[in-house]
Amino acid sequence: MSLEDKVQKIQESFGALKALGRDPTSLEFDRVTSPTEAELDGKKMILLGTNNYLGLTFDESCVAAAKGAIDQYGTGTTGSRIANGTYGLHKQLEQRVADFYGKRSAMVYSTGYTANLGSIAALAQSGDQLLIDADSHASIYDACRMSDAEVIRFRHNDPDNLAKKLERLQDRPGDKIVVTEGIYSMLGDSAPLKEIVAVKKEYGAYLMVDEAHSLGVMGAKGRGLCEQDDVEADCDFIVGTFSKSIGTVGGFCVSDHPGLDALRSISRPYMFTASLPPAVIAAAQQSFDQIDANPQLRDRLWRNARILFDGLEALGFKLGPEVSPVVAIMLPGKEVAVRFWNALMEAGVYTNIAIPPSTPNALSLLRSSISAAHTRDQIATALDVFAQVGADLDLIPANKADRRRLAEAQGPLRIVTGGNTQAKPVQAPVQEEQRSSAAKG
Amino acid sequence: MATKASVEGDIIRLLGEKIESDLTLTADTNIVADTGLDSVSVMDFVFELEDEFGITVPLDRISDVKTVGQLTDAIYGLMEETT
Repeated sequence: MSLEDKVQKIQESFGALKALGRDPTSLEFDRVTSPTEAELDGKKMILLGTNNYLGLTFDESCVAAAKGAIDQYGTGTTGSRIANGTYGLHKQLEQRVADFYGKRSAMVYSTGYTANLGSIAALAQSGDQLLIDADSHASIYDACRMSDAEVIRFRHNDPDNLAKKLERLQDRPGDKIVVTEGIYSMLGDSAPLKEIVAVKKEYGAYLMVDEAHSLGVMGAKGRGLCEQDDVEADCDFIVGTFSKSIGTVGGFCVSDHPGLDALRSISRPYMFTASLPPAVIAAAQQSFDQIDANPQLRDRLWRNARILFDGLEALGFKLGPEVSPVVAIMLPGKEVAVRFWNALMEAGVYTNIAIPPSTPNALSLLRSSISAAHTRDQIATALDVFAQVGADLDLIPANKADRRRLAEAQGPLRIVTGGNTQAKPVQAPVQEEQRSSAAKG
Repeated sequence: MATKASVEGDIIRLLGEKIESDLTLTADTNIVADTGLDSVSVMDFVFELEDEFGITVPLDRISDVKTVGQLTDAIYGLMEETT
């Protein structure tokens, strides 16, 4: 097939959808003014699709750390980690990540994508078997293509299917490496990690968990699903990204395994790309400090997630299976997803659109991600927009949207306290907390 | 004991249950281009085949598969290796 033919094929695939409105692949924000607001074509936009879970992108201490690092070390390293691109800062961040997880050592990569690519392809070699969840992120699938190991999929979040496959491999030589994720980015569902750990222990496999969407989000200390499910000791490798709750860019692999450092000499995505610039390293370190110091950020995040999930569910939208900072609306097809996404943006709400083939079960999804930095007013405004647009597109019953408008018009919920006939509005302290948090980070 | 022909028959029956058109499936049917199934649905169909035939299908064994006949070859080959 000629290059022209390839281009034409791509245009045929996406042209019709692009004709329905904006091109999701080339959206351009004029300005981003806070973790939750931006301007697009001169219009103010509530950001509800950035995976900026803790809102740390504008945290004052993180911004100051980044600026200080630029002043001290310059704008970039101009080299890879194995050449001139490792500074003391990079080693400090690796130690910081290892300490955060209570693990022996960590490797920092330039993105979360390369962290998966580099870790998986280096760990799983010829003669080994990789067992990946069917709904794995593209970076895990791409890592499998890069690895010389045999690749086997197991049904999404299905420990029994995994067990069946490991059983069939019992007599085969080679390491068995199971790869799963904490929170899955498409539907916001989380892995049954305890059950998966039980299976991996029964069959002597290694386990790698990608905590990209669960770092800073789950667990008492924010270490992710492994911490929340109390299986950290049985999780052999954790990979993650700095581009979501950490608020910058980069990725890592952390482990107690004494061989982790040896991967630095064979992990091609680690060896053959430029290392992270000093400002990014400094901001990431500071973000870990903020996660340690501000557990209330996670409380706000989950409170906001609950408000958004419940609000959308009450409107009649079909959502993902569990309350999560990723809230996905399932839609009947690609076209309506594109129309919905465009209409929300016209009304001032930015979300993510996800359509086949990049979605599980060929679903068309409108994905929102909530942040600790969202105010209740912002979430309420967004829900009003969802109600209006959803009703306009016949995705929800118009009466549900009307009921929401009526409830809004009646003002905040009222409660009556013991013996007092004077009704008091329910307080919404979260807004003030969030404003002060945004100011001081 | 399953034969290659019986495996092909089973694959055609199971695939027929997944597609909406009344297309007559044969060994030459292109699984994606002719049936209207997208690549994700085809990968999910492979899970059904694994359950049906009691095998595991590594990704590299089906990466070049396009037709029902090629899929039959891959599945039957894996069944022979398993027994």
